[in-house]
Amino acid sequence: MSKQTMTKLDEIEAQSIFIFREAYREFKNLAMLWSIGKDSTVLLWLARKAFFGHVPFPLVHIDTSYKIPAMIEYRDKLAKEWKLNMVYGQNKQALKDKQTYPDGAIDRISCCKALKSEALKHTLAGSWPRFRLNHEIGEYEVDTNTEPYTGVIVGVRADEEGSRSKERYFSPRDRNNDWDVGDQPPELWNQFKTDFAPGTHLRIHPLLDWTELNIWEYIERENIPIIDLYFDQGEGTRYRSLGCMPCTLPVESTAKNVPEIVEELRSGKFKNIAERSGRAQDKEDGGGLETLRVDGYM
Amino acid sequence: MNEKEQMNVVIVGHVDHGKSTLIGRLLADTGSLPEGKLDQVKDMCKRNAKPFEYAFLLDALKDEQAQGITIDTARSFFKSEKRDYIIIDAPGHIEFLKNMVTGAARAEAAMLVIDANEGIQENSKRHGYIMSFLGIKNVTVCVNKMDLVDYDEKTFNDIHLEYTKFLKEINLVPQHFIPISAREGDNIVHLSEKMPWYKGLSILEAFDDFKKKAPKSELDLRFPIQDIYKFTEQGDDRRIFAGRIESGSVKVGDEVVFLPSNKRSRVKSIEGFNLPEQTEAFVGQSTGITLETQIYVKPGDIVSIASQRQPHVSSKLKVNLFWMGKQPFIKGRNYKIKLASQKVPVVLSQINSVLDASELSSMSNKPQVDRHDVAECVLETLKPLAFDEISAISETGRFVIVDNYEIAGGGIILAPVFEEASALKEHIHAREHNWLRSEISSSQRAEKQGHKSAFVVLTGSVDSGKIDLARALESQLFSSGQQVYYMGLSSDLMATQIGTGDRTLNRVRHIYQLGEMAHMMTNSGMILLATVSDLDAYELDILKQLNRPNMTIVVNVGEKMFSDERIDLQVQDPKSGPESVQEIVKYLTDSLTPDPEFSI
Repeated sequence: MSKQTMTKLDEIEAQSIFIFREAYREFKNLAMLWSIGKDSTVLLWLARKAFFGHVPFPLVHIDTSYKIPAMIEYRDKLAKEWKLNMVYGQNKQALKDKQTYPDGAIDRISCCKALKSEALKHTLAGSWPRFRLNHEIGEYEVDTNTEPYTGVIVGVRADEEGSRSKERYFSPRDRNNDWDVGDQPPELWNQFKTDFAPGTHLRIHPLLDWTELNIWEYIERENIPIIDLYFDQGEGTRYRSLGCMPCTLPVESTAKNVPEIVEELRSGKFKNIAERSGRAQDKEDGGGLETLRVDGYM
Repeated sequence: MNEKEQMNVVIVGHVDHGKSTLIGRLLADTGSLPEGKLDQVKDMCKRNAKPFEYAFLLDALKDEQAQGITIDTARSFFKSEKRDYIIIDAPGHIEFLKNMVTGAARAEAAMLVIDANEGIQENSKRHGYIMSFLGIKNVTVCVNKMDLVDYDEKTFNDIHLEYTKFLKEINLVPQHFIPISAREGDNIVHLSEKMPWYKGLSILEAFDDFKKKAPKSELDLRFPIQDIYKFTEQGDDRRIFAGRIESGSVKVGDEVVFLPSNKRSRVKSIEGFNLPEQTEAFVGQSTGITLETQIYVKPGDIVSIASQRQPHVSSKLKVNLFWMGKQPFIKGRNYKIKLASQKVPVVLSQINSVLDASELSSMSNKPQVDRHDVAECVLETLKPLAFDEISAISETGRFVIVDNYEIAGGGIILAPVFEEASALKEHIHAREHNWLRSEISSSQRAEKQGHKSAFVVLTGSVDSGKIDLARALESQLFSSGQQVYYMGLSSDLMATQIGTGDRTLNRVRHIYQLGEMAHMMTNSGMILLATVSDLDAYELDILKQLNRPNMTIVVNVGEKMFSDERIDLQVQDPKSGPESVQEIVKYLTDSLTPDPEFSI
């Protein structure tokens, strides 16, 4: 960083850090969603940059129970290593009643709605139990703090998908988690909406300006430890985007490490192929992800 | 690593003049679309039996397609040989002006689209005006839908002439004027054979011809403090002043000034995470510094270098602003101004002129600023603000105004206004003038009670134990026969009762209320004790002014909040020993003894 000309990565890094610091100053009950994927892991790294090695707010993971097991191991390993205030939430009822897509009870979109959107909504509001990592015993316990989070940091990027390109850095949600796309606050000169009426909350998006390629370039530059599901283990496939096992397919690729992924995105086979092409729920209707997003999906 | 230059470009223009089609065409013709996307949109068109249009590529949201217009700024990415571009599609409909402003404020360059068939419309002008306002100098105009006017050169020349004249009036010189048809792909990537009379650049070439703003390292340092961190619980004792450098650069060893609090120190270190040790930080970087001496400042202060030009500090400013709020901007109402990382209550003090952006005619006697108006006015903040003129340093020369949780206005500062009159002084003058004075003088009261009245303010950081101290003090003074009262209202509690929901406005109102109450109590001869956390010098001045002519005594508990001359008594944090109470009692007994000539 000790040079005068800022590269694109320097610029978007500085902007993300700026947004983190605005959020931390303005919101007493702040939390960050960590999906264990590459984007929110870069987000986590940027938080450590913003706060000089610390992460001064809880990280929330929504565990659908269908995540690839290696994801949970990786989550808990980093949480312990970096002393993170780690919290997870889950739709225990739907899992108990077997009301999920893998159980054959409902379609993919409804399953996302139940296991992700609903679980997220109630975990953020504190109306369902939150499970917090007790670092002394290394186990999760029911969190005694049930206060709603009023600021939620999320790692969405504008280039991922149509609806995400309309997001603000600071995006208000009403009592029902609803997003009014037509009436969003203005953002100019790095002044964001940090005032909000009681009962509403804000989503904060520090990664909005990043592309998938930027994410990998930054992982390479900063040497960020990333889950190895993204790399080919010798079978000629790897995950490009991580989700639930039944709905996320690996892509054919022999990229074995970060530089090979960067190369693949920059000039290789994925240069012009949409990232979420391996996600089944996007294809079910014209705007699957958008329907989910209006309902609170990230 | 081979990193390309990046640039944000906004596409603006009147509704339906073809902005989204232009972007869709650019993305498709430069091969910048992810394959999945084009097929997805084509599939959807097929399913809905609609002919494919390039605009659909951007209109990815359902309700937007239903309306057929862009309602919000959408971002897309495209690459040329020279740069990576982020294209911001701004809505042309007047209802969505705030979205258009959001898009344009992020841009370094603008492509303004005019329909050849419809010609210059109201928003063609309004958007031109806002580009000028936002300080975007890179502007290229394209005249679209040339296919609808048979690629007629005269139609293009007429629009060119008329619009250039308009832009000149608002100080904008466009770089290029390009005739295009976004739908047919004419003059987008290559020059079209259908317009042999046009010899200029194609749209793609015009993009690459936009000039990148030079970094402003050579300007004076402006480092607004976003926040101050001390992660003691995590075993980190550094006290870090964090923020982003908006102009200039700062080095270890530099003598720095914090404004408006007017404190000085020297830079001890530049801090970061996962970085080699640094001795200097530059414009654009989000960084942090530690200081050689411990000074008490709050987030919001702007750091500058002592040997360089300082920002202005004033509570009156002449500005240009545009209003986007649902309610008009009116006099006599408290708003909040946000400038860099400062947040201060503000009132509209005077309207010089209101400009109708579409007609460019100005009205000087308008009593309020309505939605979509542009106005020159004078603002008065309730505490001084540190800032620059827009012409000197733009990052600290512009601001937004918050009304009822929403960003309702944006503006640029033309100049500070230095004058003695202030809303507070006028208020005190009126109060003293209308006050029906008691027959009993304050010295008579002092003589009878055996002590003078005073407003004793205990301040310190939040957990300095002021409240316990104040309660102990009240008991002790009471049992030795003094007329004393501790007002145990925390600022939080008072704020809830005021109930505006805004921390910045509540804080100042709390200070004003406290000052007024203190004035009444000290007039009645009482010793009033009150505790206020994190008081700053300006808030203290407000309290003292409101309590005049009665005595105000400032007791600082623990860490020093401001400079020595403002503190009457400095005591230790009471947790470290019981001496503090005795110390204050002794000081008060000495200072509040009635003057001898009255105790005959």
